Amino acid sequence: MNKILLIIQREYLSRVKKKSFIVLTFLVPALFIAMFALIAYIAVKGSDLGEERKVQVIDQTGVFEGKLQNTATMKYVYTGGSFEQAKASFLKEGYNYLLLIPANEGDVELLSEKNPSALTIESIESGLSRVAEARRLKAAGIDTAMLAQAQRRIAVKAKQITEAGEKDAQTYTAYAIGFLSAFLIYLCLLIYGTQVMRGVIEEKVSRIVEVIISSVRPMQLMLGKIIGVGLVGLTQFVLWIVISVGLSIAGGSIMAKKVTQSQQAQVQQMQQIAEDRKEIRQMAKPDNAAQTIMQSIESIPVAYTVSCFLFYFLFGYLIYSALFAAVGSAVDNETETQQFVFPITLPIIFTFALAQSFIINNPDSPLSVWLSMIPFTSPIAMMIRIPFGVPGWQLALSMFLLVVGFLITAWAAARIYRVGILMYGKKASYKELIKWFMYRE
Amino acid sequence: MKQREITANAQKTHVCDLCAIICIYRSVSRKSNALHIFCRLSLVNYTSNKVPMISIRNIVKQYAGHKALSGVSMEIEKGKVFGLLGPNGAGKTSLIRILNMITAPDGGEVLFNGEHLGRKHIEQIGYMPEERGLYKKMEIGEQVLYLAQLKGLSRHEAMRRSKMWFEKLQIQAWWNKKIEDLSKGMQQKAQFVATVLHEPELLILDEPFSGFDPVNADIIKNEILELNRNGTTIIFSTHRMESVEELCDTIALLNRSHKILDGKVTEIKNSYRNGTYLLQYAGDKAVAGPDAPFSVLDEKLAGTGHSMKLRMNPGRTSNEALHYMLPQATITHFEEVVPTMNEIFIRTVNEQVNK
Repeated sequence: MNKILLIIQREYLSRVKKKSFIVLTFLVPALFIAMFALIAYIAVKGSDLGEERKVQVIDQTGVFEGKLQNTATMKYVYTGGSFEQAKASFLKEGYNYLLLIPANEGDVELLSEKNPSALTIESIESGLSRVAEARRLKAAGIDTAMLAQAQRRIAVKAKQITEAGEKDAQTYTAYAIGFLSAFLIYLCLLIYGTQVMRGVIEEKVSRIVEVIISSVRPMQLMLGKIIGVGLVGLTQFVLWIVISVGLSIAGGSIMAKKVTQSQQAQVQQMQQIAEDRKEIRQMAKPDNAAQTIMQSIESIPVAYTVSCFLFYFLFGYLIYSALFAAVGSAVDNETETQQFVFPITLPIIFTFALAQSFIINNPDSPLSVWLSMIPFTSPIAMMIRIPFGVPGWQLALSMFLLVVGFLITAWAAARIYRVGILMYGKKASYKELIKWFMYRE
Repeated sequence: MKQREITANAQKTHVCDLCAIICIYRSVSRKSNALHIFCRLSLVNYTSNKVPMISIRNIVKQYAGHKALSGVSMEIEKGKVFGLLGPNGAGKTSLIRILNMITAPDGGEVLFNGEHLGRKHIEQIGYMPEERGLYKKMEIGEQVLYLAQLKGLSRHEAMRRSKMWFEKLQIQAWWNKKIEDLSKGMQQKAQFVATVLHEPELLILDEPFSGFDPVNADIIKNEILELNRNGTTIIFSTHRMESVEELCDTIALLNRSHKILDGKVTEIKNSYRNGTYLLQYAGDKAVAGPDAPFSVLDEKLAGTGHSMKLRMNPGRTSNEALHYMLPQATITHFEEVVPTMNEIFIRTVNEQVNK
């Protein structure tokens, strides 16, 4: 036991002392903050960033003239003349697009030198439709103000009924938390699993492994390495969180002010533009939105979620790093790892892909439940489900299976590891691995 | 060493020195058949001189494709230098790994000091594998401390002893250097220190001199011999036969998973004597007629004189050969040609191959 501690200590210190660890620890939060700042900047100033595009409109119906809404990126210029004339000359005249509206309103054409973006087409389509719709309604004698009243959207307020009583369901927050924690676990399994594998290869290549296992059992060395690297991962996480939170609080208050200001400006703009869409005003009210987010974060049971995250992070890491250690022992250098690493990473990638598309939308479907039970997929699948609420027995069973899965995996991996680390210059195949597994102690 | 003296005395008095003093002090009569009537030296310690350090009994080790060891037995006496010889693939490394408990045999048993070899003996064994290596990015001093702690030393004690060893081998200035920044010889010295730091009773060295330049090889050889003088048993696996003759008391020769020869180096060499002599003389070529007590194997010019290799005829002695030659030539040199370990090694292995 004492010796395992020594091994853990060495594995931990030798990694934490590295320059790359320190750089990574400070760089990643900085990059994250920079990324969010950029997103926020684009969100606020996005409309100003796109260049202005001129659309030449030839309207043979005469209905649309002057009614298509100019925006920051789209400027409509109405000209007369025939289609052929315009087609021949529009490139020279500095227009980006040529919009042709025939007299019958059908077969509207948009011409341009380059392919127009989907967003451009959509914005023109919706502009045209809105004008046409208003005109038709008017023609039918319907009051548009009354219609807006009648069309008012109904907002559904999701609530969960539990034994403790009703509470607001925070679907979007659950989305975010589930996705974020699954993503972190996904990332860690790959990053730290690979680190364990590299460590094993390093020991094997430098031949120190034979000296060490003349002092400790191979299993002790393997577990010591796995735990040591795991603690490095945990340390990095805690540092990332602390640094990120620190930076966010500092930067956040400055950002929040700017965002609020510009949002208010936007709201005023929108009020002028879309007077009949009152709900937009409601949605965009910054104070309300911030309040809602704060409320929903408060409603998530933090201790429960965090401890579940730590559990699945830890055992997910343990189970995969044991496999990575076995792979490291079977090869002589990193380039040979490909054939073995792929089948290991497959379930991680598969679960994560499913997690984003399926599990997060159907957290209680049978497939989601099964995935959150199987030890190799449960760390990611269960973390997606947890924010949506998971029955206690399912959580307990999943955790139990994960621990059992880890014990079996570690045992099997150790059997391959103890033989693999002493094999040099022999290209390992799957058949070979099975043979190693069968060897007696 | 101390133990041996006590035992030697005890054979005269039948009571160990310490107990003899206690007997006088307490004025109790000495019981003739009990060695340690008062002191705490156990019976195992008493017999330790006769119990071999290592008894290997009928060890079998099988790998998927081939047999690495088939029924190998040998005994390694305490305080001796034991040479484990054999061509590549003979099973030396397999046997060494079994002794280090890195692998377990499929059959047979190993006794360490008369006890079944087990994890508790790990701290009494020091092992330097042929393929040597240390963590490249780790500082040399830290590395030696780490390996010694894995062998059960406290950090404090490991520090004290490694400082001493580093001083002795004159590598103390490199304590904080990383392995990758050191010369090969320096790395090897550090590795040697790591191997012996926990003062093992049994030291297993696989090709200890490979990678050393002659100067450093000599330094390490002297350190090994000093450890041996202080009571450490040494198992020494090598192909280098000259070092075997120089260092080893006993050897075992492995070939193709079998032990084909073992015993004391001097005895083995004697058993391979076959009455061959080398005779050198000055002056003209001498003639050995049919009445000579020997037959000439080889004759050639050597400097101003001649050199002749001869084999005694059955029943004749070397004196008779001298007697025969004296009237004919001025003899400058006469010696028995004893086969070198290298020749014995090659001959024995080839004999087995032919079988």
